[in-house]
Amino acid sequence: MMHPAEYYQRDRRIHPPALTPDYKTSVARSPRLALISLQGSVSETTGPVFGHGDLNPIDNDLIKNYAKDGDPVGERIIVHGRVLDENARPVPNTLVEIWQANAGGRYRHKKDTYLAPIDPNFGGCGRTITDADGHYFFRTVKPGAYPWRNWVNNWRPAHIHVSVFGHAFCQRLITQLYFEGDPLIPHCPIVQTIPDPDAIDRLTAKLDLNATVPLDSIAYRFDIVLRGRRSTMFENRMEGN
Amino acid sequence: MVVDARNNAPHYLRESASQTAGPYVHIGLAPGAAGFKIFDNELGWDIAGPNAKGQRIRVEGCVIDGTGSPVKDVLIEVWQANADGTYVRHEEGGARVEEGFRGWGRVITDFETGEWGFDTIKPGKVNARAKMASGVAGKVRDTHPDWQGRADENHAPMAPHLNLWIVARGINIGLNTRMYFDDEAEANATDPVLNLIEWENRRATLIAKHSGDRDGMPVYRFDIRLQGDNETVFFDV
Repeated sequence: MMHPAEYYQRDRRIHPPALTPDYKTSVARSPRLALISLQGSVSETTGPVFGHGDLNPIDNDLIKNYAKDGDPVGERIIVHGRVLDENARPVPNTLVEIWQANAGGRYRHKKDTYLAPIDPNFGGCGRTITDADGHYFFRTVKPGAYPWRNWVNNWRPAHIHVSVFGHAFCQRLITQLYFEGDPLIPHCPIVQTIPDPDAIDRLTAKLDLNATVPLDSIAYRFDIVLRGRRSTMFENRMEGN
Repeated sequence: MVVDARNNAPHYLRESASQTAGPYVHIGLAPGAAGFKIFDNELGWDIAGPNAKGQRIRVEGCVIDGTGSPVKDVLIEVWQANADGTYVRHEEGGARVEEGFRGWGRVITDFETGEWGFDTIKPGKVNARAKMASGVAGKVRDTHPDWQGRADENHAPMAPHLNLWIVARGINIGLNTRMYFDDEAEANATDPVLNLIEWENRRATLIAKHSGDRDGMPVYRFDIRLQGDNETVFFDV
């Protein structure tokens, strides 16, 4: 009988803690008691399955997927990379969803009232399913920085929100992609909730000149790493990595 | 895993760090709620599908912050087994569940009140990990959770439960919890996860209350307290 393998424990030291007072909203929304550690059961080592039938091919093209009478304003970019696990194995056939502000830093959301205008041709969300090698790509415009109420004068660095499933509910992850060289990164209380500078660097997409489309779009490379599955001794045979 | 040829050290990649889903999570994961239509098929609105067997139920609640206020911009994901206790799965040729049963869904709140609710079916019992406590590892070699939804001598059943994952502005990494049912007292009493919680008074934070019936369906109430008195149990899974 086949069993789903367990996953390496999550290294909480590379993730932001729940309570990060410089990010004020976390103060009242952070559990104060310790998490109860739970070894993986089938409830954690399984996860939802998505297929190409759930999506349209245009869903990963944010330049076209909400266009009404032309392309959105902004710097045209490609964001691409792979979803891997901690064993450096690709995570194929997994759903990747993104959302972002437009080039002016405004979200198409009824709760966003920033004075930068809505772009009539930009929705700001996309989704795709990784291929057999774990690759994904999106085409979009580079989001703008925007102010937010935390301290009196806080600005979010340009960022794209990224949601990934993996193959188990315990791999579920939401994070944010930042852009190499953005001077706002060290000043952002949300970025700085992450205690490990290397972990921040891994959330920073790097310019990928070879993947640019000449005379069209700049490319950034962003790999996403999900938790890895443990090797298992099973019937005297090594499984997993 | 890669082995460093110089010193034989195992080398692993490190998980990408989590960041808050932020206040505009709906744009990406529930654009209809953000106020616009973009995808033909917005995912997560139908957990059980039309063909699922079992008892149809409604689950309602509110996420409450440390000041006692409702969290009005939270998004919750649900992951559950079907009425037989079987989860949809990736390997081995896919699901052995009813056609259209996804077992997964997304729930958002009313932006004004913070109340949320969803319809699904009540899941069955599913197998826990093998009972390591009572045996030696050599005797019970298979320590992995069983796919089958039936208990055997090595696998105690887990009481019917929904797995929940909670994200929002101000939540830096998604919170995992479980919702059990108050009308499953017998199964709950032997559930290995509930029994793992050292503080018995905290177990009640995971048990939804059958609060009545509506349209012929039982309604369960499940409030989630992020902080403070009766803080909900969250798991490091």
